[in-house]
Amino acid sequence: MTPTPSIQAENVTRDYHLGESTVRAVAGITLTIPAGEFLALLGSSGSGKSTLLSMLAGLDRPTSGAIRVGDKNLAELSPENLARYRRETVGMVFQSFNLLPRMTLEENVELPLRLSEVSRSDRAVRVREALDRVRLGARSKHRPSELSGGEQQRGALARALVNRPSILFADEPTGNLDSVNGEQILLLLKEFQTTLGMTIVMVTHERPLAERFANRIVTLSDGKLISDAPAAQQSVLSPSNQAAFDRAQGVNS
Amino acid sequence: MKARDLTELAIRNLREALLRNSLTTLGVAVGVASLVAMLSLGIGLQTLASKRLLRSGLFDSVLVSSGRGSRGGPDGPRRRETRDANNIPVALDDAALQSFQKLPNVSEVYPQIRFSTDIRYLRPNWGLSVGMQPPPEGEPPMFGKTSHYPLDARLLNVTTNALGIPESSRKGEAFEGMTGKFFSSPTASEVILQSELAKEIADKASTAKPPAIPWMGAASGTVGKPKSNPSEPATSSNTTAATTLAISPADLIGKQILIRYAERASFASAADRDDALLESAISGQLNGSLSVIPREKMFIIVGIIETDPSAGMGGFGGGRLYLPLQLAQSLKVAQPTDMQALLSDSDSTKPTYTALTVRVNSPKDVAAVEAAIKKMGFNAFSLLDATKGLRLVFTVFDLFLGLFGSLALTVASLGIINTLVMAILERRREIGVLKALGATDGDVKSLFFAEAAAMGFFGGLCGVALGWFIGQALTWGTGLYLRQQDLPSVKISYVPWWLALSAVAFATLVSLLAGLYPASRAARLNPVDALRYE
Repeated sequence: MTPTPSIQAENVTRDYHLGESTVRAVAGITLTIPAGEFLALLGSSGSGKSTLLSMLAGLDRPTSGAIRVGDKNLAELSPENLARYRRETVGMVFQSFNLLPRMTLEENVELPLRLSEVSRSDRAVRVREALDRVRLGARSKHRPSELSGGEQQRGALARALVNRPSILFADEPTGNLDSVNGEQILLLLKEFQTTLGMTIVMVTHERPLAERFANRIVTLSDGKLISDAPAAQQSVLSPSNQAAFDRAQGVNS
Repeated sequence: MKARDLTELAIRNLREALLRNSLTTLGVAVGVASLVAMLSLGIGLQTLASKRLLRSGLFDSVLVSSGRGSRGGPDGPRRRETRDANNIPVALDDAALQSFQKLPNVSEVYPQIRFSTDIRYLRPNWGLSVGMQPPPEGEPPMFGKTSHYPLDARLLNVTTNALGIPESSRKGEAFEGMTGKFFSSPTASEVILQSELAKEIADKASTAKPPAIPWMGAASGTVGKPKSNPSEPATSSNTTAATTLAISPADLIGKQILIRYAERASFASAADRDDALLESAISGQLNGSLSVIPREKMFIIVGIIETDPSAGMGGFGGGRLYLPLQLAQSLKVAQPTDMQALLSDSDSTKPTYTALTVRVNSPKDVAAVEAAIKKMGFNAFSLLDATKGLRLVFTVFDLFLGLFGSLALTVASLGIINTLVMAILERRREIGVLKALGATDGDVKSLFFAEAAAMGFFGGLCGVALGWFIGQALTWGTGLYLRQQDLPSVKISYVPWWLALSAVAFATLVSLLAGLYPASRAARLNPVDALRYE
């Protein structure tokens, strides 16, 4: 794993053209995310939080402004290098899981390794490792349709982890899950942050969850940053994530 | 992404949307199949034509006749009467033959020996009687020293043209597919029958009465029969006594026939013979330089051929009975030109030929050789122009078949484009996910390309198989029809390996081209939009 870089957004703006009119989804946001932080982006629908996340994750480019990750400015990277950034530096999970339905869980998790041309012998080991980390080792041969929502999102997490990225972006990861499964996911995210030293950037509109798990909460409204404050950390995460996870698992099954 | 992973993913994707993709593949297959079937028909017909016509010798030979015949002189206008005193005729003799052989690109020169003959069929086991037998009723008396008259020589009254076949035909394709064997040697007393002739002989031999021998009464058939072959089955012995036997054409192979012909002999050489007196009695006039002597000779039937190979043997049309050319030459059969030679050049004792066949290495040499021979003052004739016409017809024919096939493939390509464009709509999300996971535009493009190529490749394979099958079905169907018409069945569809390979390559290429637009569209897809798509 490469040393975790910090993320710096400098006056980032993103405009969408809808016919004649121009919609400014993100309007001049400047934000620094230090390495290893768990940041929650909060805001109502249309506040621009997902657009900002997409740009930070290298899926989209800002209309103006710069996004610096380590020594790279994402706004100026070639499409190939941006793809490489997504492949090597970033892991991503979505609200709708986005596992490919035609593949087994194992194959879904293997996909990023195929894309980064990891040797076949390494792949099996890393897929196994990632699935074990999200406690899905036993379901590796199942297809997404045979898994519960929580299991699918955990599979998606394994897929995001398998390339050992230093930053994980999560776009409403709990949006399609009940509270128990949502909590499991956030426990895993927290675990990645604390044990793997990953930077976590999560978009959510559930303030209580954000306050429980994140270190810092940034709130957006109409494309502008309206508040940026550390979250009131609760002690729920100690003594051990594992114990908390097992508790949640017990409720789940 | 590595090529292996790409292929795996592409095949996996194809396998998953099995129905839709197999329908597209089927579309390609049908396109390729029609292309292959049509081209294979064209190639098959062309092969057939070149086998039966081109390579048989019709188009690589020049027929040379003496400049004096009724075919017209070497320099243009046809002259029915050759009384031109100024035009010193050149003789079509051995010297001419050798001069033709020296021309460039000439592979072979041989005389055309064709004569009219009368055939008698002999039952093999009855043997020949010793001594002279009186001729059967209605038959002219026999002459010459071979006038042992077989007791059971059936009176067939089959008159036909015999044609000398050069030894080089052994390797040619004209005798391909014959029943029986080619002549065992260039001098063997063997004949090959054309199937119609064989049928005629068999029919007549089945129904003809054995020659009546006046002093032996009605039971003539039994005279020569017994003792000669005790191994012959009893039933067969019994039926031989009857006046009718069923003989099929195929039964004729290995049997003997007696061929009667007219031998040309100059009087001087004829005088050396022990039967000179007889001959002179026939020829009637002892002061002529030429005499014609009826002869007969026993031949063994070694083969029966369906199609008339004589078309290629230098004769344009001709005999129904074929014998080795060298043997035919040694028979010194009287030729029509003998008469002309006698009339125009009374002191010529050298034999001249009615016609010579000059075969050249390839049809393209025909024109030059023909011109050279004409320059020597002979009458030369070839079917070169007909070849050109024929080839043009087949080229155009091929072109048309290919055109229709391409049309079919165009439809199939549209099917591929449609499937792939639809696949993009359906798989926007998948493309978005791939891109979010770090797939480059190139990866996405390659994946769609690989899928298009795979569909094209498999479609091509199935199409070639299907096309071959259609060709076989057509061949089978025509074979059935031809058999009903009593014709030999032919292979009208032919899929050479290069056609199979290029059809698969073509299908793959067309599919790649068809996938070009959908693939680049998929690659350009914005991952954010693609992921938002539900």
